[in-house]
Amino acid sequence: MTPLPDAPLLDVRGLRKHYKVLKRALFGRRQARIVRAVDDISFVLQAGQTLGLVGESGCGKTTAARSILDLVRADAGEIRLDGQDVRPILAGADRAAMLGVRRRMQYVFQDPYLSLNPRWTIDEALREPLRVHAAQDQQGWKERIAALLETVGLEPRHGVRYPHEFSGGQRQRVGIARALAVGPDVVLLDEPVSSLDISVRAQILNLLAELQDRLGVAYVYISHDLSSVRFISTHVAVMYLGRIVEIGAVDEIFARPRHHYTAALISAIPPPSPGAVDKRVHLLGEVPSAIDRPTGCAFHPRCAAALPICREIDPALQPTGPNSQAACHNPA
Amino acid sequence: MRSIPVSAADPAPLLAVEGLKVHFHTRDGVVRAVDGVDFQVAAGQTLGIVGESGSGKTVSSLTLLRLAPPPAKIVAGRVMFEGEDLLTQSDKRLAEIRGRRMAMIFQNPATSLNPVLSIGSQLTEILRWHTGASAKAARERAAELLALVGISDPVARLRQYPHELSGGMKQRVGIARALLCEPSLLLADEPTTALDVTIQAQILDLLADLRQRLGMAMVLVTHDMGVVARMADRITVMYAGRVCETADAVTIFNAPQHPYTRALLESVPRVDHSYSGARRVLPSIAGRPPDLLHAPPGCRFHDRCPEATAECRQVMPREHVVAAGHTVSCLRRGSPGESAP
Repeated sequence: MTPLPDAPLLDVRGLRKHYKVLKRALFGRRQARIVRAVDDISFVLQAGQTLGLVGESGCGKTTAARSILDLVRADAGEIRLDGQDVRPILAGADRAAMLGVRRRMQYVFQDPYLSLNPRWTIDEALREPLRVHAAQDQQGWKERIAALLETVGLEPRHGVRYPHEFSGGQRQRVGIARALAVGPDVVLLDEPVSSLDISVRAQILNLLAELQDRLGVAYVYISHDLSSVRFISTHVAVMYLGRIVEIGAVDEIFARPRHHYTAALISAIPPPSPGAVDKRVHLLGEVPSAIDRPTGCAFHPRCAAALPICREIDPALQPTGPNSQAACHNPA
Repeated sequence: MRSIPVSAADPAPLLAVEGLKVHFHTRDGVVRAVDGVDFQVAAGQTLGIVGESGSGKTVSSLTLLRLAPPPAKIVAGRVMFEGEDLLTQSDKRLAEIRGRRMAMIFQNPATSLNPVLSIGSQLTEILRWHTGASAKAARERAAELLALVGISDPVARLRQYPHELSGGMKQRVGIARALLCEPSLLLADEPTTALDVTIQAQILDLLADLRQRLGMAMVLVTHDMGVVARMADRITVMYAGRVCETADAVTIFNAPQHPYTRALLESVPRVDHSYSGARRVLPSIAGRPPDLLHAPPGCRFHDRCPEATAECRQVMPREHVVAAGHTVSCLRRGSPGESAP
């Protein structure tokens, strides 16, 4: 693939994934309903940047990340890598071409306990991506694996061990090493630290930051933990019921959130200082189901700043600052 | 407003845990999960117990009601609650105290409610058992409690089953269930960890409001420094089965003494702090907590501690008062040593 000049590294346009579910009322007829898990989301990511994808459970952030890698097949949209739409390649029959794309985009899973095969040693787990992608001739594998283990702060002699011999933090290091094995340009990190203890969490966040500075890799960092998002991300996209409601440079959005949902999310985090002034933006009710998506702005039933227009017309993303956009008729 | 912090030397605290040791006798050996823990809670006060997994915070709180499952074994200590030692009471007496004087809310509302019983029967059962209330009176009281925890249309909810409620609603039911008999102490083990942040904020508001209105004391077990800052009057920091430091919340956050408390507070990224521009490095604690099957001699934190000396590797520090209501277990802060057990 020859990169188009000035094309961003990753350019996601209008990505959509809907699920059809059958819902049956008691004694009633089955009715097909649509869950809009991911509904036309778009973002751009440059090399060396991190996009934090945040939102509450069910907002579609994991489905979005999985559809980018075709682990879940999207219904519509473009995934442009260096300007070329790779979605047809990922979904196509040409395995070599598909692997060529996958080699450039890798995934780190949330739970390092579940994402490593318990019967494989760490060496075997790291050999697999090298074998699948035939990234190197076999003679080079051993050194490559040793180098990878060192890169993530493990010792090469630990390669003969099995996952159960490691702590959660060490296993997540293995998960990161496995993703980096084939030299990707983009790594999708799905809640990589949320199952780890606080002191270990800081170690892994530092490792991710250091690897990015060293390798220039871009991250899509999925999390519901806004504090870690603020630390690791250069940009942030806030999702609500399958849509991006606010997106932009991380400091711009955290310093002055314009969408009321973003403001509520940020203010809901109790600051680690006792007696802090409560600046909460209170939300009404709970997240509605993605099946019964409210009309107009999907957030309007919970929004204290909702206007009559919010019930009628779904707002589009509009510039709200030099590097930020929000989808709101009445931004804060 | 917070209630006035009561000093640790309060003459008759509601709850006083003294020298508690809970060990797990496994095939591989003895795991010293809780190894000599002391803390007090005054009436109406909230004590936050913070620590990472394996620190012994959950086992300590479960042991208060003798709920820690086998192979946990209470090896030593006392749990003085309202004038009686719960560890020596009969099972019958303990059943009278559980849910009535001291009640518990659990981390996962999805698994702590019985899926095949209606909300109403789960709530009224407790009342009828403890107070002998009539079915009608119990239902009225249950509906009243559901309204108190902010559940709309409570009478209709009594007929619903747990699967019909959202996670936040289930946790509200769990709180209502704990409050039915107006206990003087509420144990909450990570009550909001399974919830989304906006729902967590609602549940914390509810707990803060209820404790104020009912004058109830609370033991809040959590790993979240933000939650404990928002809720606790006093904080006990645990590490590897031992208490590192206890003080009022403001002191723990603004003037922590124990190296572990300091490191723990620094290692949490902050949502109100910009990390761009500067080199992104969080102060982190190297290594990981010790395996309690082979607990190291000396201070449990010594191999991760930047201040450790040769003495710390040998001698276990004992709790030591550094200021009124502020105790620290650290040889470098003047704690006396304890001879190995």
